[in-house]
Amino acid sequence: MSIRTVTFDAIVVGGGGAGMRASLQMAQSGFRTALISKVFPTRSHTVSAQGGITCAIASADPQDDWRWHMYDTVKGSDYIGDQEAIEYMCSVGPETVYELEHMGLPFSRFENGRIYQRPFGGQSKNFGEGGQAARTCAAADRTGHALLHTLYQQNLKNGTQFYSEWYAVDLVRAGDGKVAGVIALSIETGEVVFFKSRATVFATGGAGRIYSSTTNALINTGDGVGMALRAGMPAQDMEMWQFHPTGIAGFGVLVTEGCRGEGGYLVNKDGERFMERYAPNAKDLAGRDVVARSMMMEILDGRGCGPNGDHVMLKLDHLGEEVLHSRLPGICELAQTFARVDPVREPIPVVPTCHYMMGGLATNVDGRAIRLSGGHEGEDQFIDGLFAVGEAACVSVHGANRLGGNSLLDLVVFGRAAGLYIEEALRQGMEQAEPSADDLDQAMSRLRRWDASEKGESVADLRRELQETMQNHFGVFRKGDLMAEGVNKLADLRERIASARLDDKSQAFNTARIEALELDNLLEVAEATALAAQGRTESRGAHSRYDYPDRDDENWLCHSVYDPKSGKLGKRQVNFAPRTVETFQPKVRTY
Amino acid sequence: MKVSVYRYNPETDREPWMEDFEVDTGGRDLMVLDVLAMIKERDPGLAYRRSCREGVCGSDGMNINGRNALACVTPLSEAAPGVLEGRKPLVIRPLPGLPVIRDLAVDMGIFYEQYEKVQPYLINDEPAPAIERLQSPEERAKLDGLYECILCACCTTSCPSFWWNPERFLGPAALLQSWRFLADSRDRATEERLDQLDDPFSLFRCRGIMNCVSVCPKGLNPTRAIGHIRSKLLERAV
Repeated sequence: MSIRTVTFDAIVVGGGGAGMRASLQMAQSGFRTALISKVFPTRSHTVSAQGGITCAIASADPQDDWRWHMYDTVKGSDYIGDQEAIEYMCSVGPETVYELEHMGLPFSRFENGRIYQRPFGGQSKNFGEGGQAARTCAAADRTGHALLHTLYQQNLKNGTQFYSEWYAVDLVRAGDGKVAGVIALSIETGEVVFFKSRATVFATGGAGRIYSSTTNALINTGDGVGMALRAGMPAQDMEMWQFHPTGIAGFGVLVTEGCRGEGGYLVNKDGERFMERYAPNAKDLAGRDVVARSMMMEILDGRGCGPNGDHVMLKLDHLGEEVLHSRLPGICELAQTFARVDPVREPIPVVPTCHYMMGGLATNVDGRAIRLSGGHEGEDQFIDGLFAVGEAACVSVHGANRLGGNSLLDLVVFGRAAGLYIEEALRQGMEQAEPSADDLDQAMSRLRRWDASEKGESVADLRRELQETMQNHFGVFRKGDLMAEGVNKLADLRERIASARLDDKSQAFNTARIEALELDNLLEVAEATALAAQGRTESRGAHSRYDYPDRDDENWLCHSVYDPKSGKLGKRQVNFAPRTVETFQPKVRTY
Repeated sequence: MKVSVYRYNPETDREPWMEDFEVDTGGRDLMVLDVLAMIKERDPGLAYRRSCREGVCGSDGMNINGRNALACVTPLSEAAPGVLEGRKPLVIRPLPGLPVIRDLAVDMGIFYEQYEKVQPYLINDEPAPAIERLQSPEERAKLDGLYECILCACCTTSCPSFWWNPERFLGPAALLQSWRFLADSRDRATEERLDQLDDPFSLFRCRGIMNCVSVCPKGLNPTRAIGHIRSKLLERAV
């Protein structure tokens, strides 16, 4: 079978913050760089990030120190974030934020003209000793939108070649396992093309759509992780899913943590500010996992609001109209559109909602994908030609629980780092893997399977069932027997999805075909999540089990590694060796 | 309720047609996008764009009962009087003035080209400081109402001047972006930007019809932005 081939020095799959920061780096250096995105890049999910980008630029507090940010991040991760990577992110952070500002990002400002910073959850001064910090740089409550548009604009300026509305189907690998690029299809015309490249960067974002209630965009279907798992590559810490405390009840639409940073707080049906009981010091600005669990306990104990007692309230009216309209204008708009309340006068009904995938493809600081061969001893081995950045990757800077505002920082720091590494590798003569006709043929098999389908169940029905299974069996609180049931349901779904049907075989703008291909990826991510969650027999960060309620550092102070070939869960050491500071030793985590 | 949807598949249809669907919303005031999703479950072939489903990504601009809007933040009660109650059909068409690829998905090419023409990025070749460039809150406030644009094209495709001259008139979205950079205290390319707009079509084809203002889902005001640029151009001419 012949297929058109286009050749680049580097391709980036995904046009969110991480992908566009990586492509920008390489395009600026004159390398032939293609960015493949299933949506026009400014429609990527980074656009929905609200509250800001956390970074010790010492604007709100001239004494601020990136080491304090590092301490908070390590603690937030419940000690399974890699300290070398966290050190890199927090120390390089200021430089990357200044770069964004120089590119034109319209940050909000303090009176002295510096970038505005607000308090966010899990932030402290002086290694947890100096009280609440204000470290999150913001463009009102539209920071992700401002960041994403700025990066798109800079990519335009620097000549990145965009393939917008192209969908990456699968990795192409040469016989020796080296990655040679991807097969992608043009959504507009249906044409299938081999994007051949010396470096392939997955910046495909998260997969919140494995749950039925999520803050994530409809496009967040875990395509990169799905492609890697299908290629037999392992994924790390997939049990770690963040439930954001404040999704609008019934809609899942995100309400930024910045609301609580600006002074808002949560109340139960008695009007009680219940976080004072769960986190006496940080209160509403404790780690997200802590706040989400506290909310669920209030709801489960019968102190939820509304006729079904199934949510709590986020109170903002005491902040006053001026603060709300200047600092949180987007939230006012979303609250009125979806919850139909005006936060100036009424509280917003909120409930913990699936938000962020801490796990993903294991990489080093340069974004190089790590081949985890089940063992966790010795040097990391890399997958030649493959890189991952952003939410699709697991560097890991977030460990078992991400801090608010660290996601945007992760995107730009590691998008840039991967770009810098690839540039240098290309200069050093990084080789192009040469796939055979058979290798290409293999990467096309999924497309053929759907196009040949005639009978079977519908994509929409199977997707709904998958999402409900994840929602009911792998939510905020988990339990062994309930998860075992969920795992069985997913095994059944795997068989049924393998014989599901695609009715519409047309070429032009066939979104039914895209949704079918996305369903395969949702299944891969869901199954990895389920098996990793079942395997980690402890509670840590976002992974909270009734049957193993305590953190177990003796057995689980490590990454989990899911191997799709065997379906087994292995372990990998956490990095406790930062280069310039002392290791932060695990402690009991309280806020 | 009855929903009437514009259909066109270039592989099977010689010309576009309207298809009617009966949808049971149970009287709920759903968003138009929810209704489309219900139809797509029955007919997976229905093509439209969507992503964030909360009005910030700009994917799902379409024409709803005669008015351009984002399907994800347009409740049935606001689509048109009587739609929610089922007294009037919900009528969904693609954005006007752009070629249709399939069903509700239009070819946005010319819209993006016009955007690119205004050099939508900060231009400042002075050496950057070691920290951020300073900007006062007052200077920053000038960007409010400008930087929030989501490139949904609701405004540009509702503009008669753009319908007549889509290649030569830049349209409200692109011009709003132009002013976003002209108004930025950090930008240094004022003259260059104005030079590019100083012809009878790029900007001056705006006739102040203000459809752009009335449809913008983010409440932005491209006509005012165009007015600011116009004043700058006129100041420069005298």
